[in-house]
Amino acid sequence: MTILTFIPAALVLAPSHFTAAVLFAVFASVVFAITQRSGFRDQFRYGLYCFAMFVGGVFVAGWLMLLLRR
Amino acid sequence: MANSSPVKANQASQATVMAVVAPAVGWMIPGAGHLIQRRWIRGLLLMASIGTMFILGLLMEGHVYKPNGGDILDILGFVGDVGAGGLYVVSRAMDWGQAAIAHATADYGTKYIIVAGLLNFISMADAYHIAIGKKQ
Repeated sequence: MTILTFIPAALVLAPSHFTAAVLFAVFASVVFAITQRSGFRDQFRYGLYCFAMFVGGVFVAGWLMLLLRR
Repeated sequence: MANSSPVKANQASQATVMAVVAPAVGWMIPGAGHLIQRRWIRGLLLMASIGTMFILGLLMEGHVYKPNGGDILDILGFVGDVGAGGLYVVSRAMDWGQAAIAHATADYGTKYIIVAGLLNFISMADAYHIAIGKKQ
């Protein structure tokens, strides 16, 4: 029995690489911010920092792969 | 002064019990380790983030690893998955995440499920630190 047994095929997600990476960055940043900092202000700033690093890393890795491919 | 010692001893014993209970509950239900310590917003955000990540992983047809003693990456995949606690137990009980991978982004689903478990390990450690008073 797979999860497809319970949900319509239309609900199976096949996001683009970029969408998947951004969603990953959002959830991981929230958890990192809450667990690694105390106080709302510090947590908010650290969450934004982690998100920027994750998404920035995606762009850097993308450009590196393009350059390596050439 | 005479009354303060029993009160302190009682608080210490509650902290000791909470130091065991909070990570255990947090493992079974992501974020619940914070909720039972009245960290409502943090608990709900952790529950939403980790739970959504795990469910999105399943919806992307990610693979849920079974206990295994084979390839090191498969063993590590299982260790990551099992961190999601109750979500992992339900997935295994329902035999979800065992379908053949049909598209490229299903691999993202597998990573989502593993990372949801790993993030829950961090969440459990945070619940423990709150319970022993190391963090507010």
